[in-house]
Amino acid sequence: MSDDIVNIEVDGEAVEARRGQMLIEVTDAVGAYVPRFCYHDKLSVAANCRMCLVEVEKVPKPMPACATPVGEGMKVFTKSPKAIAAQKATMEFLLINHPLDCPICDQGGECELQDLAIGYGRDVSRYNDGKRVVKDKDIGPLVSTDMTRCIHCTRCVRFGEEITGKPQLGTTDRGENMKIGTYVEQSVDHELSANIIDLCPVGALNNKPYRYSARAWEMAQHATVSPHDCVGSNLYAHVLRGTVKRIVPRANESINESWIADRDRYSYEAIYSGDRLMRPRVKENGAWRDVDWEGALAQAADVLKSADQDKVALIATPAVTVEEGHLLSQIADHLGTANIDHRVGRRDVSDQDNDPMYPSLGCSIAEIEQHDAILVAGSNVRAEAPIIAHRLRKAAVAGAAISFANSSVYEYLFDVANYLSGAGLVELLAGVAVAAADGNSLPDSVTELCDGVTASGAHKDVARSLAEADRAIVLLGNIAGRHASYTAVRALAAAIAELTGASFGGLSEGPNSAGACLAGVLPHRAQGGENRVTAGLDVASMLAQAMDAVVLVNVEPDADIHAATDAVARLAEQAFVVALTPFVSDALLEAADLLLPTGTFAETSGTYVNVEGTWQSFSGVASAVGEARPTWKVLRVLGNLVDAPGFDYVTSVDVRDEFVARLGEISTSNAYEASGRIAKVNGADAPANDIDIPLYSVDALVRRATALQLTDEAQRARAVSDG
Amino acid sequence: MSYVLSGHVRDEIEHWKARFPEGRQRSAVISALHAIQHENHGYVTAEQMNAVAEYLDLPTIQVYEVATFYSMFQTEEVGRHNVAICTNISCMLRGADDIVEHVESKLGITTGESTGDGRIYLKKEEECLAACCGAPMMMVDHKYHENLTTDQVDEILDGLD
Ligand code: SF4
Ligand code: FES
Ligand code: FES
Repeated sequence: MSDDIVNIEVDGEAVEARRGQMLIEVTDAVGAYVPRFCYHDKLSVAANCRMCLVEVEKVPKPMPACATPVGEGMKVFTKSPKAIAAQKATMEFLLINHPLDCPICDQGGECELQDLAIGYGRDVSRYNDGKRVVKDKDIGPLVSTDMTRCIHCTRCVRFGEEITGKPQLGTTDRGENMKIGTYVEQSVDHELSANIIDLCPVGALNNKPYRYSARAWEMAQHATVSPHDCVGSNLYAHVLRGTVKRIVPRANESINESWIADRDRYSYEAIYSGDRLMRPRVKENGAWRDVDWEGALAQAADVLKSADQDKVALIATPAVTVEEGHLLSQIADHLGTANIDHRVGRRDVSDQDNDPMYPSLGCSIAEIEQHDAILVAGSNVRAEAPIIAHRLRKAAVAGAAISFANSSVYEYLFDVANYLSGAGLVELLAGVAVAAADGNSLPDSVTELCDGVTASGAHKDVARSLAEADRAIVLLGNIAGRHASYTAVRALAAAIAELTGASFGGLSEGPNSAGACLAGVLPHRAQGGENRVTAGLDVASMLAQAMDAVVLVNVEPDADIHAATDAVARLAEQAFVVALTPFVSDALLEAADLLLPTGTFAETSGTYVNVEGTWQSFSGVASAVGEARPTWKVLRVLGNLVDAPGFDYVTSVDVRDEFVARLGEISTSNAYEASGRIAKVNGADAPANDIDIPLYSVDALVRRATALQLTDEAQRARAVSDG
Repeated sequence: MSYVLSGHVRDEIEHWKARFPEGRQRSAVISALHAIQHENHGYVTAEQMNAVAEYLDLPTIQVYEVATFYSMFQTEEVGRHNVAICTNISCMLRGADDIVEHVESKLGITTGESTGDGRIYLKKEEECLAACCGAPMMMVDHKYHENLTTDQVDEILDGLD
């Protein structure tokens, strides 16, 4: 090991460094600041801006710290007259062609170029000639361009090549004519594309919807968590007088690193959509009228209290927070019903007693890239969880064999080891299971499913890559979770994992499937995973029966419920439907009888438990729109009105703390044990039409974010669904 | 409509691809563009660049970068004969500027333009072509002509179809 350590000196201080490390990593680690533009710790070294020049003893010329490997005995001076002179000279050249239009630039106040120009620039320019002007490009609805400001650091270009694997921006022409662009006009579209806004050290690439709407220094920054997928990417909301103006990443190496998905960044637009429900409304004889909160809540409570306890249904989505889930399941308990569920996307609940305590990935998010072989089954993972897809790509680039088993073929921007497709998921996985057994016996649960199945060469390749890997995992995606024969799919995937020695896990739906399960928003399990004495009805069964009262918690019945068909029509037939919802839609107007306006994720506090089991609490960041109230507060009042005991919480933290105190030990085990031999699926293997939810249709917010809906991706998806 | 590479161009690309290690097919972009430009009478279009990218399994931008970087590739339509008069130091000392002026007035265009009949493209600027000992010189469709006089230039240009 000691061979790998070299001793160097930074500004007179002795420092140990790893051999081969670049100087800038060492100076950063000891806090000796070196200015830079092109260097970025997530990207390859380009060394093209020359801002990081430092003096190295015995080297005649200043050296770029980002591209100079450390060597034994090296003496580095980051602030010597020679270093400073070199940095200042670079700055002067960089500013020659820069328009210096900071007063009209959105980047002003948070610009690396502006900051360094103050530190290293001259106060008067010596340059009297004409400056170059570069035409702006239209690269789509998310990112605005002011290319004259570009300093050619190529961070955005390297991002496309190295992070997304879809290079669209490049450097065309040369010399003074060199420019960053796409050459042929096209929108830069990848689910992570807008991260180039944060990477760009100047104001060349900026946030298009946010353009000219606020100044960095007038906004307050509040931490929050993404509500769109099972990752729970860490975010900052930038808020001006109670209004969210934009969302940026909050770095968290173990979850989202420094990236966020485009939908995490732009879904805030939906908070201010024209669809917001501004005050409570009630339907009387088919006509809607506004009512006050007091009257609306009293009516909801009356309906719940007078309902037959077996005929009360409570439906949430996996976006329900832990706190909301806790309140909801206590209300259900108090009313004496177990008809409570959040699994609006799950068609097959027949095997629910064998579910793990909560759905989990089977490893941490960061560990994905440490696997040598991964089988992803039943997942359009780039749409389901863009950050997980990015981790998979990192694993592939590092040499892992990533295989897919999907009925449809999705594009992946890395070398895929094997792509099994063209059949139903059960059929595909049965082939791999047979290959994995390799003549030995299969787990009893899947023997019938695998009866008569022969393994093809591709099935064998997949099984072999899992079996031979030091570390392998089988991951089921959301498409698997929505499959009509999820029981069979899961048993087969678990069998493959068992036979190949791989671990087993999956992506869950929404931001808080895990928290909803723990909180007991399930018909068959109470809080903490205890089996209920008598199981209640799942979503589809609730809708199929005549209920006295149905409560929808932030559910859009037309778009969120895949567990049942015709959800809107079935709800419309129910005696009384109360919908807690931030948005009003034709479907809700048809399905519901009482609408209670609730806040979006930005207007409420809460906690999500992500797919690796990390609890992340957040506070409300924005003022409520209209008369919307946080869902947990609405449920608290409703609980009080139906006389549920102990509903005297003051803050959402009280709710969470009470829940955590009641929660016993949490089992993270993903071990799957079937209840017996699973029967052949006979035709239930064809993918349903709505089984694959497009990137920008996953939830009510994303569906209403204008910029996201303008992307090519969203338009393509619409064209497909329109026929 | 996507452009279909001719058999000749494909052979040419394969020939060059074989000279580089596997996975380094990006190295064959220059040769591919040369072959296409030759077939296409002096310039390459975006569709053709896309076809090269597809054939070599590269992102299109990587082909655009190469095509726009090198001055020997024309990315706009130009005349079918490429006339490049060296104006670098040796040729300049030996009267290159006079040659340029002569050609410009003879053809009625300035450097960087093509004649209206699509016959000749007069290259914007040409740097030293490593034929200094024969200065002044010009290159016409890859062929070097050295020790030029205006009479010789006339003869060469008039001989182009
Ligand atoms: S646009 Fe921004 S990130 Fe891209 S090269 Fe220019 S300065 Fe760098
Ligand atoms: S940061 Fe080192 S050269 Fe740009
Ligand atoms: S200067 Fe003209 S060929 Fe060298």
